[in-house]
Amino acid sequence: MKIICPNGHLGFAPLKTASFHLGVAEKPDFIAADSGSDDIGPVPLGSDTCASPKAWQEHDLQEMLLASRRLGVPMIIGSAGDTGTNSRVDLYVGMIRDIAARHDLAPFKLGWFYSEVDKEMVRQKIRSGSGIRGLDGRQDLTEEQLDATDRIVAMAGVHPFLRLLEEGCDVIIGGRSSDSAIFAAAAIHKGYPEAQSYYLGKVLECASFCAEPYGGKETVLGEITADHVEVTAMSPAQYCTVASVAGHAMYERSNPFEEFVAGGRLDMTHCNYEQVSAKTTRVTGMQFDPAEDFRVKLEGSGKVGERFVGLAAIRDPYTIANVDKVIEWAREQTRERFGDAGWELHYSVFGRNGVMGDMEPLKDKPGHELCILVQGVAATREQAEEVAITGTRQLFYARLPDVKGTAGGVAFPLDEVMAASPAYHWTMNHTMAVGHPLELFPTHFAMVG
Amino acid sequence: MMMSSVNSRTKLSDLAKTIRSKNAGTDKITFDVIFRERETYELVKRSKALSRKSVCEVLNIDPGRITDFVEYDPAFAIKFTISRLRPSGDAGDADIFGAQQYAPFLDLEVDLTT
Repeated sequence: MKIICPNGHLGFAPLKTASFHLGVAEKPDFIAADSGSDDIGPVPLGSDTCASPKAWQEHDLQEMLLASRRLGVPMIIGSAGDTGTNSRVDLYVGMIRDIAARHDLAPFKLGWFYSEVDKEMVRQKIRSGSGIRGLDGRQDLTEEQLDATDRIVAMAGVHPFLRLLEEGCDVIIGGRSSDSAIFAAAAIHKGYPEAQSYYLGKVLECASFCAEPYGGKETVLGEITADHVEVTAMSPAQYCTVASVAGHAMYERSNPFEEFVAGGRLDMTHCNYEQVSAKTTRVTGMQFDPAEDFRVKLEGSGKVGERFVGLAAIRDPYTIANVDKVIEWAREQTRERFGDAGWELHYSVFGRNGVMGDMEPLKDKPGHELCILVQGVAATREQAEEVAITGTRQLFYARLPDVKGTAGGVAFPLDEVMAASPAYHWTMNHTMAVGHPLELFPTHFAMVG
Repeated sequence: MMMSSVNSRTKLSDLAKTIRSKNAGTDKITFDVIFRERETYELVKRSKALSRKSVCEVLNIDPGRITDFVEYDPAFAIKFTISRLRPSGDAGDADIFGAQQYAPFLDLEVDLTT
């Protein structure tokens, strides 16, 4: 069985059509892609918005839908619209309907499922003693943290996809889902073992990131048998090598030997990689351990406040050497105006340690000029704007004892502050026990056309 | 690469094919150092230039912040992961994807004498 994946994060940048069409020419049995990521920070989930332009999402959905209908094979999308919230699933379902109507496609069965989790349901779990366990060093979730959360999505495994495939759906739009589950569901549906199926998903999820030389958004093809997975680069310029495929196993995860999904753990410790042709690598030896209790990962995001940003720059070496005092002055002025609490100011000092903060080994060797990004956060837009203006403009008035330039302490590239997205915080990176794999993921389907 | 002249210190960037960093979920940043051939990988492993201790020194962090440190033979790679002090994308986080945290390791000195 063959699956092609044209994009590792559908919508974030458009797929490259040439290698996609080469992949389609291989007559795959499924066309699938993941469309979400928590890499984009907590703002899109919290504010229920996309990080990707609609035109790019539609471009890729159209390419995939037209190819899948022409071949008569299913198309599967997971984590619709960057976050996989209910509104993003509805957005993609609407786009699929629009594209089908525009191209006058023959009738097909469209399935979708939701992943959002009701806060009160989580509260009941906490109160009933079923702990919402923290991941990555976090403590169990408290009701206070739950109160600070605006939106929660659960990470689906293969189960809702399988349900919709069993229903005979030709196109599936998924809410938030594990990247690998999108592809694994297709293989499990066709009767392949879990270990090979999850590995297939693991290797395909980021499309051409498992190929070399480096180049995103190119199509790769995965082929599964009962004992191995083969992955082939479709771009004429790329190759799936032992190094690129093994290297991809560790991409974006803390440990290259295992991958947790709802329902179990893919063990890659004993994987063996073999180059079978110039563009193709074969992988064997993967294992899958089913989980004893069924826990689902939850992602939650909560609003901290409205946010405005300002910019300031420094060229005077004396001021650069004393930039922390300059910033402290501006903070103090803000404190005088707004008190000790209810606002935040964040300063990123580029040219010194803007990118790495305290981890910067060269933070004692600033450059000859600095750029300071100022972020002001407060409850209302009006307050946030004033906090950001105070935190930015007061840099200009900082009182350094030996400064020669007494007409203004910083340079302003813009004498304004700019409205930014509100500040959000990842409130939840936890797991919750559920009684049934489909409990959090209601499925729906309808004929289109 | 002149693997015969081993009596010298070499920069990690001259030995590795890939040195990168990226989020591993919302609370961690993971670093991959990947070598083109097994020989170089084994030399760097033996040199102990990259270790939990050296990572802490380079990044000036507590040993407790290193959540994983593995030598991954199938990919000729050394991989380590650190916990963030605050989750990605909090106001003030200047690297939401964690994609530019690897730079100080480019200049890490590797003693190939051993």
